[in-house]
Amino acid sequence: MATIQPIAENEQHPDVALVERVRAGDVSAYDELVRKYDRQVFRIAQHITQNREDAEDVMQDAFLKAYEKLDQFQGNSKFYTWLVRIAVNESLMRLRKRRTGKMVSIDEDVATDDGSVPRDLADWAPDPEQNYTQSELQKILEKTIKGLPPGFRVVFELRDVQGLSTEDTAEALGLSVPAVKSRLLRARLQLRERLSRYFKRKSTRSAANSTASDGRKG
Amino acid sequence: MTCTEFLALLDDMIDDSATAMRADLQEHLRTCDHCEVTLNTTRKTIQIYRSHQLYEMPSSLRDRLHAAIMARCKKGC
Repeated sequence: MATIQPIAENEQHPDVALVERVRAGDVSAYDELVRKYDRQVFRIAQHITQNREDAEDVMQDAFLKAYEKLDQFQGNSKFYTWLVRIAVNESLMRLRKRRTGKMVSIDEDVATDDGSVPRDLADWAPDPEQNYTQSELQKILEKTIKGLPPGFRVVFELRDVQGLSTEDTAEALGLSVPAVKSRLLRARLQLRERLSRYFKRKSTRSAANSTASDGRKG
Repeated sequence: MTCTEFLALLDDMIDDSATAMRADLQEHLRTCDHCEVTLNTTRKTIQIYRSHQLYEMPSSLRDRLHAAIMARCKKGC
């Protein structure tokens, strides 16, 4: 998959040129920015809200808000990092609405020892994903990541799936670098632990079948 | 080196896979099956999530949202 490509420090990011064109009145340049990042923004919104309708609204609102606020965008930060911050805030607002005003924060208490120390130490089958169909695997991966706190899910998505640096992830989420590192380690270990149930040697098909049917109910 | 000390450096090993692993880490890995399994399966976890995208947007939804965004932007939001 395409990850967010790093750009050398002294090189102007192509997004900056697009932002400048938008500021000069060229709406088609914004079209390019939307097409470049819509999928990533949608996934972040899904990870936080866990709701398809909300994720659609968040994606739309985040791009509209970014357009409105484009004058506030400082060229010294990356456009995508800035956009993610808007999308995360929009996602949290949606969650608050759903939870009828209950405080929700990406920085909410995620202190947990559970899963930090690996317990399931059985080795995995070689190419374990081959034991499942594409849709079974999709359900396993979704169900597994849903079990993590939102702050872990989004750090894992930005760092490991989309390929952002630790510093950019910290900036996008308004977290410190050590907080991102600590969440990433715990997210990775917890996901590994949970996936072991499906992927370890001698794994049974029945586990996948039960997950597949759980997924259909949801 | 204990397993706890090894695990504390797990992220560095995963993120800096291009650089040679420190000798004390290599030594621990050579003698500890548990940490070797943890390192390998954690790497595999990341690779699986990277290669199987969750929450893909169908192109119909993408087009609809895109049109709505651009219509509003053209009006100045």
